[in-house]
Amino acid sequence: MDALTIDGEMSRAVNRNYSLTGPESKRAVEAGLAAAKWYHSDVPRKTMKRLMKRRDGPAARDTAIWVVLHILFAAGGIYFWGSWLAVPFWLAYGVIYGSACDSRWHECGHGTAFRTRWLNDVVYHIASFQVMRNPVNWRWSHARHHTDTIIVGRDPEIAWMHPLKMSLMSLKYIGIMDAWESLKVIFRNALGRLSSDELDYIPETEIPVAVFWARVHVAIYLATLLATIWMLIGGYGWKSAIPILLIGGPRIYGCWHMVMTGLLQHGGLAEDVIDHRLNSRTFYLNPVGRFIYLNMNYHIEHHMFPMVPYYALPELHAIIKGDLPPANTCLYDAYREMFAAVLRQKNDPNYYVKKVLPETAKPYRESLHDIVPDRVLA
Amino acid sequence: MPWIDACATDDIDEEDVIRFDHGAKSYAIYHGVDGEFYCTDGICTHEHAHLSEGLVLDFEIECPKHNGLFDYRTGKAKRAPVCVDLVTYPTKVETGRVLVDLS
Repeated sequence: MDALTIDGEMSRAVNRNYSLTGPESKRAVEAGLAAAKWYHSDVPRKTMKRLMKRRDGPAARDTAIWVVLHILFAAGGIYFWGSWLAVPFWLAYGVIYGSACDSRWHECGHGTAFRTRWLNDVVYHIASFQVMRNPVNWRWSHARHHTDTIIVGRDPEIAWMHPLKMSLMSLKYIGIMDAWESLKVIFRNALGRLSSDELDYIPETEIPVAVFWARVHVAIYLATLLATIWMLIGGYGWKSAIPILLIGGPRIYGCWHMVMTGLLQHGGLAEDVIDHRLNSRTFYLNPVGRFIYLNMNYHIEHHMFPMVPYYALPELHAIIKGDLPPANTCLYDAYREMFAAVLRQKNDPNYYVKKVLPETAKPYRESLHDIVPDRVLA
Repeated sequence: MPWIDACATDDIDEEDVIRFDHGAKSYAIYHGVDGEFYCTDGICTHEHAHLSEGLVLDFEIECPKHNGLFDYRTGKAKRAPVCVDLVTYPTKVETGRVLVDLS
């Protein structure tokens, strides 16, 4: 592999290195892609102030529904245990726990769901546990994701890494590998060990806090496991699985909705650009999906203006859509576009979806994209 | 350094912020919910983002980039990812103008 250059005159193609401490990180910094000034659509200050305003009402309502659904679905699953009638309850419980947690983690991590700060913090910690993420590490990793969205070597949250391994990506929908990897990180953090990537984006002062929360998570998982073992010894048979189905298990059997929507956020789109219209995707979604996903289908809008709460994103979308690429009309349309792109990237790794902007939009900001090195096939 | 005329009092809505550039630096001037005016450095201490594009809630300014929080009266960093306090500057109001001491 050639040494990387940043002068736009790459003589040979290179593969991408997504490590935050590797050569591509240095290249991104030298090229001006790190902490760059990103494109924003014009929104009048008064309008933006109104959109950014926090209220407790919408998030309190949605959180109450979320909690009640946990209780109802879990109660149904336990009540009908031993009957096929239990299955839909557990499947629904799995999604409410194992998928809806991701958007709650995300929104409360931004501090935008509630006006009352401690409510954001409480829901953030519950959701972090459910999604098996260290609440400290991921707060910092997500800050970096917003600073350097899909900048190779800088963004720790790139889901589609090239060369693409489609079989591994498909396994994400059943959560086993991801949950296993997440548990390994939590246990490693609980032992006081952080990876070089984690140390790259977490301030030193926050490391003891990260270790503390990892130990809390581990303690709950161990207690759940002990409850299952105790029930097995007590002769409860298959019913002994209930503690694991309630805690931890849904991150595997209920994560499919989180993965389904999450992979669409940036899949098939550009790397190393400083215009969210080129690397993020907005698509329309049904109301149930938007409740689970907390309107993150408006993903370009969220990245451009991360201070806008999820309940104001539809209005923000209506205001700036004339400056955005056309939204995908539905989940299927978004998947068709993304899969066509990622399948093409298997043979043409430098391809990415670049939609035609409406006439009312300002041109894409692509200047720094010129320094992106070519990828080669694995 | 003498007091510097930054803006008119009615240039800033109550519970809002504007950007004020002076020399090579950028500052943020706030109109607090108590009717008083405050001044801090204009760039977030975490990463390069103009706080004047952020949200003022009571006595806090939220950074538009990563939602970090500062108390703009004291400059105190109050929520991750911000860890370093903002520098604050004295202000006073004279004949409808907001003056700041940037020394």
